[in-house]
Amino acid sequence: MFFPISESHISPIYLVVIGFLIGILGGFFGVGGSFIAGPALRAVGLDWNFAIGTDLAHIVGKSVVAAKRHRALGNVDLRLGLIMAVGTMGGAEVGAQLIQMLKRAGNVNTVVSVISIVIYTSISTFMIWEAWRTLRLQKIRQPGKKAKGPASKNDESSFSHRTRAIQSFHLWPMINLPASGVRISLWVIVAVSFVGGLFAGFLGGGAGYIRMPMLVYVLGIPTHLAVGTDLFEIIISASYGTFSHAVKGNVDILIALVMNTGAAIGAQIGAISTQYFAGPKIRLFFVPLPLIGAAIVIYTLISGHKL
Amino acid sequence: MKADTSKTARAFLIELAVYAVLVTGYFFLVLHFLSGWLQNLHLHHVKLYAVVAIALVICQAVVLESVTTWLFRLLRGRSE
Repeated sequence: MFFPISESHISPIYLVVIGFLIGILGGFFGVGGSFIAGPALRAVGLDWNFAIGTDLAHIVGKSVVAAKRHRALGNVDLRLGLIMAVGTMGGAEVGAQLIQMLKRAGNVNTVVSVISIVIYTSISTFMIWEAWRTLRLQKIRQPGKKAKGPASKNDESSFSHRTRAIQSFHLWPMINLPASGVRISLWVIVAVSFVGGLFAGFLGGGAGYIRMPMLVYVLGIPTHLAVGTDLFEIIISASYGTFSHAVKGNVDILIALVMNTGAAIGAQIGAISTQYFAGPKIRLFFVPLPLIGAAIVIYTLISGHKL
Repeated sequence: MKADTSKTARAFLIELAVYAVLVTGYFFLVLHFLSGWLQNLHLHHVKLYAVVAIALVICQAVVLESVTTWLFRLLRGRSE
């Protein structure tokens, strides 16, 4: 199929399958999946600028489907998502400025690659330690008890004592988040979303791999709600990114529309599947995602090819 | 348990088949007619193109979500 905007020939079946796979990941983990979509679009010959811009447009559509489904399941904290969108956009701008500074200094690729490898592996290491520890504690407390049917959204974390310490930081204004069962300072929410946006602007994509864990461990949001709220927040921040890239001529919306036909069904499957797993299990399954991102960056560093 | 799994798998395969037919029709009818107009916008009215791109992707997502939800309900006979 010929896509005239980017002047590329790509099989629509390939795009639908990629969209479907990323849709499942997005619906289940609350991530954009740019670490797969970007290289997948590059692999079929799409220019790097079109791959990034088109991927963002595809993320918007997929997140709408997954967030709608999560909202129906009661997994979206709208108030939190709207507050976070503001911080994310500010952080994304600062991240983009940092990239420009590094470009002028002439060492952007090395610095961004090393930082991303450190960040990705740190997230995975921490999450595997925390989720494993939480699951072990649950086993000790309730030996032989196996959940049947949909998993409970009442989350547990072996890191919760640190989260409670952060929540007890009373700096005005305090925000009530009844959907998540959390009361926390506005500044903590803004700081978390700013850091997420900073990494999105600095490393590209939606940065769900860092925002979702921060929602759980820093703000204390239950994992199911963190996934749904992250997706809702991604709609706003990725729309902003899509507009910015489209104005620069980097978006082939036809490719994004084709990818979203697969993503729509994948995102529904991913979102529904979260019902059958408890929070620590979802966090444990999340571990390979940042590692895949790190592996891609290491490959590009060693081979010199940009995927 | 096994009967439930096979029923779910069969329903899912039917969903995929129905969805594939709908999507194929969508490619040929909608995208074919839109591509010329979108290319023109991309070349000459880039800001309008950016707004239309976001509107299209969101509208398509809402419609597809409704279609897939409707398919899920129709074929499984229950609300997911």
